Amino acid sequence: MTRSVKKVSEWRGSQLAEFIGFFMLRIAVYSVLFILLYFFYDISSQGYKVISWEFLSQAPRRGMTEGGIFPAIVGTFLVTLITAIFAVPLGMAAAIYLNEYARAGRLTRLIRLSIRNLAGVPSIVYGLFGVILFVNIMKFGTSVLSAGLTLGLLTLPWTITASEEALKSVPDAYREGALALGATRWQMIRTNVLPYAIPGMLTGAVLGLARAAGETAPIMFTGAAFYLPYIPQSLKDQFMALPYHLYIMATQHHAIDRARELAYGTALVLIAFIILFNLGAILIRSRLRKKWRH
Amino acid sequence: MTSVKKKGILGDIKESLIKTLFQTSGMLAIIALMGIFALLLYTSVPAFKEIRLKEFLTSTRWDPTSPEKPEYGILAMIASSIMVTTGALLIAFPLGVAVAAYLSDLASPRVREILKPVIELLAAIPSVVVGFIGITITGPLISTIFKLNHGLTALNGSILLAIMALPTIISISEDSLRAVPLSYTEASLALGANRWQTLIRVKIPAAISGIVASLMLGLGRAVGETMTVLMATGNARAFPRGFLQSVRTLTATIAIELGEVPYYTTHYYALFALGLVLFILAFSVNLTADIILEKQRTKLQ
Repeated sequence: MTRSVKKVSEWRGSQLAEFIGFFMLRIAVYSVLFILLYFFYDISSQGYKVISWEFLSQAPRRGMTEGGIFPAIVGTFLVTLITAIFAVPLGMAAAIYLNEYARAGRLTRLIRLSIRNLAGVPSIVYGLFGVILFVNIMKFGTSVLSAGLTLGLLTLPWTITASEEALKSVPDAYREGALALGATRWQMIRTNVLPYAIPGMLTGAVLGLARAAGETAPIMFTGAAFYLPYIPQSLKDQFMALPYHLYIMATQHHAIDRARELAYGTALVLIAFIILFNLGAILIRSRLRKKWRH
Repeated sequence: MTSVKKKGILGDIKESLIKTLFQTSGMLAIIALMGIFALLLYTSVPAFKEIRLKEFLTSTRWDPTSPEKPEYGILAMIASSIMVTTGALLIAFPLGVAVAAYLSDLASPRVREILKPVIELLAAIPSVVVGFIGITITGPLISTIFKLNHGLTALNGSILLAIMALPTIISISEDSLRAVPLSYTEASLALGANRWQTLIRVKIPAAISGIVASLMLGLGRAVGETMTVLMATGNARAFPRGFLQSVRTLTATIAIELGEVPYYTTHYYALFALGLVLFILAFSVNLTADIILEKQRTKLQ
């Protein structure tokens, strides 16, 4: 580096290198953006053709070459609800422990290490675990309950991490203020920490649920059904789910070409759901922030 | 704040009960991770009553449904998984680090504020949709370019997995580039280096451990990905010979066969042994990334 300072003649070369280098970085960004936009464009323009009220509100007909995806929409909604009931409170509680109670030490380090590694366990492995634990050992069978619990476990590390981020963003002065007034730790958490952290916690939870709703591998063997003309009546029933339905329509269908249009429609609905979830999370955050800041 | 007055033995009990409740939830993470490992191991063991471990690990033939002589060798699948994943990282790593460098060094705050959610959106696309894109867009593209009968090849899987690994690589690399102390950059610029030289010779070397960790985490994500490879790589059972061949990975094999296998047979147990191999692969990759990141954190502090 010192050499380039000494010789004025080298300045030209290094400027050229800078120009070319930064140009390449820009090209990288533009190509990633282009790929993303093209995918969205392709799925929306093809999927748009089949979206209608009928497509959203009716069951598949004639070996799934006609009709809609209503049972799959309801199934995905139900399984995500079970996931939420299981994973959100547990994730928040674990985050509260880690951020408000735990002291730095071996146990805390081990918990954090486990959380990070849980987040890296492949989703199909969660599926296998769900088959052993929920379907076989707990005897829930292949059901919406087994699938929901499997997805709950899968989202747990994301929920914990997001909740902890939210707790960390609350200034320590709030905690000290409560403790100085004689509040116990739980009173401090309830009155001076949670009200400020809840918006962020919920946002993280909703984002985690959006990812869970799009998962296929964990529910394939724990409860999702190839075809069901009705909506699950109990927790022990099987269910149709949007991602699994898309997989079936795209690869396992006996008349792939006739199903292609419907597959595009399903893909569009799935993506729309996930974008709505994401927007919802942002909305929750800004709403609750306003409410609690005053 | 009347509740503050209610202290005493009852209050103490309540406090410690609440703490225990939160602590138990925290411990659940350890229990879940060990539980996954233990149950996979427990369900895998019966498979090795009939399969020799050496055959399992070194044979390239996987044919559990053969009526004469079922074979359980996983080497071809391991090779397929490694091939598709390596291909993905060859594409995603340079691209991801470039985007991370752009975000940390070139983008104005406003551009970054738009780009970051867009990249998060990329991470939010479900893997089954990416697989569908492999069937409808990239697969046909590959078959046209290379004049193949169909484009459901290892290359197709690599391209799609690269797209899925990108958000991880970008966000971790960008974090570690931004964690490089400002004094490094200032010192470099003050010595007369331009911004490109500063990026290449000062910032990237300082952030290298985080960038390597992003590679490892991207690897972890790609090797465990199921739906995308299942839909987009053609699932041919032979040993992989090139990127333009169909391949069948570990994850795809589990997904294809678990739905049809009778419960509690050697084949059933063998599929859980595949899951165990996958778990150990992902775990070691993630643990390595974790150790690297921890080292970087202590170094830059």
